[in-house]
Amino acid sequence: MPLSAADFAAIWLTLQLAGLTTALLLLIGTPLAWWLARTRSRLKAPIGALVAMPLVLPPTVIGFYLLVAMGPQGPVGALTQSLGLGTLPFTFSGLVVGSLVYSLPFVVQPIQNAFEAMGDRPLEVAATLRAGPFDRFVHVALPLARPGLITASVLGFAHTLGEFGVVLMIGGNIPDKTRVVSVQIFNHVEAMEYAQAHWLAGGMLVFSFVILLTLQSRGRSRMFN
Amino acid sequence: MRPLFTALLLCLLLPATSAQAGKVTVAVAANFTAPMQAIADAFTEDTGHQLTPAFGSTGQLYAQISHGAPFDVFLAADASTPAKLEAEGRTVTGSRFTYATGALALWSAQTGLVDAKGAVLHSDRFQHLAIANPKTAPYGLAALQVMQGMQLSDSLAPRLVEGQSIGQTYQFVASGNAELGFVALSQIYRNGELSSGSAWQIPTALHDPIRQDAVLLQRGANNPAARALLAYLQGERAKTIIRTFGYQL
Repeated sequence: MPLSAADFAAIWLTLQLAGLTTALLLLIGTPLAWWLARTRSRLKAPIGALVAMPLVLPPTVIGFYLLVAMGPQGPVGALTQSLGLGTLPFTFSGLVVGSLVYSLPFVVQPIQNAFEAMGDRPLEVAATLRAGPFDRFVHVALPLARPGLITASVLGFAHTLGEFGVVLMIGGNIPDKTRVVSVQIFNHVEAMEYAQAHWLAGGMLVFSFVILLTLQSRGRSRMFN
Repeated sequence: MRPLFTALLLCLLLPATSAQAGKVTVAVAANFTAPMQAIADAFTEDTGHQLTPAFGSTGQLYAQISHGAPFDVFLAADASTPAKLEAEGRTVTGSRFTYATGALALWSAQTGLVDAKGAVLHSDRFQHLAIANPKTAPYGLAALQVMQGMQLSDSLAPRLVEGQSIGQTYQFVASGNAELGFVALSQIYRNGELSSGSAWQIPTALHDPIRQDAVLLQRGANNPAARALLAYLQGERAKTIIRTFGYQL
């Protein structure tokens, strides 16, 4: 196999990025999805639209604004600098922040759908049994939303694996920090190293297919039961 | 409904039928973006031909051309890529020539950070130094040679960030995310002077010359507008424009 140490470093980095992003998105996305599913606030529509924005925006737009916002003159950059963290572009943390934005709808929407699909009834029943709001959320809503949570994790993970435009704009192609697989494939193609590009690109193809196949067959078995 | 439809269809056809003058599509290396835009205007004014430029890194454009991209002319950022295309039979033999010799600059968007000798490279007054990817962008390779010549490549390595083209490298520095960067002089030079920030114009002796070659591609072999452009690039008006952007000829 013609893969180099740099390629394996890129693979490992990509898995770390996707894993960490998915974990953080489940933490942030679940309460957000819960709020979006239950609220009658006027803010529901604008917040829902904001969450969905990365679905339709070109990654270059997200990447460009992140670069400007996280730069020394940008609002996020000013905040991170005042906290003594420096600026985020060209760092792994910066990529995590970018991926959180980029993959947000892929995690929030399946969970939100699951919460909406269960309706009010299970929660009302739980309330008549004296379950408090937190108790209802943890012991009733979350277990019922499990398929949605699984779909969200898989989609969030897979989508972050495939991230390219945002990383290209804010990453700076630094080995072990921001050089993920998609960027490494681009580097190989540009340098005309097509054999290595094929190995990595083919690997991504197979891996993505397996992930989505698993998701699809899970969905089917649930449907038949 | 029908007359409206016909009218729309006519509108679509009009530009195609009224274009008497020729059209040429040019693949242009990113560092030559600004001069190309100026030359395109002058070219259309002087010859009546329409010019459509497509900008990218030389490596990227090479990959596109070798996969049949519809370009008539290629203005590369180096001499080796056009030579390679010629060896592969994708160009018109004998059409290759040097249209500009690039100059490299160490640039910062902050005034006063870069001194006239590049001594700032020895300091710790910056966290990130942006260069173009040396594997694919000739200006990145030249930057690497400068750092090696100054025996700084090891000490600077942890602070390097790479842009995929010289255009992206410029963007990293212009947005302030990288305090310093090796960019093309043409990106920061207007009418013989620095347009903003601070810069060190790197002596050409510190790196191999960045000879930028142009070539007529097979697809443009029978396109009069493409041949006209290659001739125009060697004319006085184009040369003057190229010089004002800091290139040598």
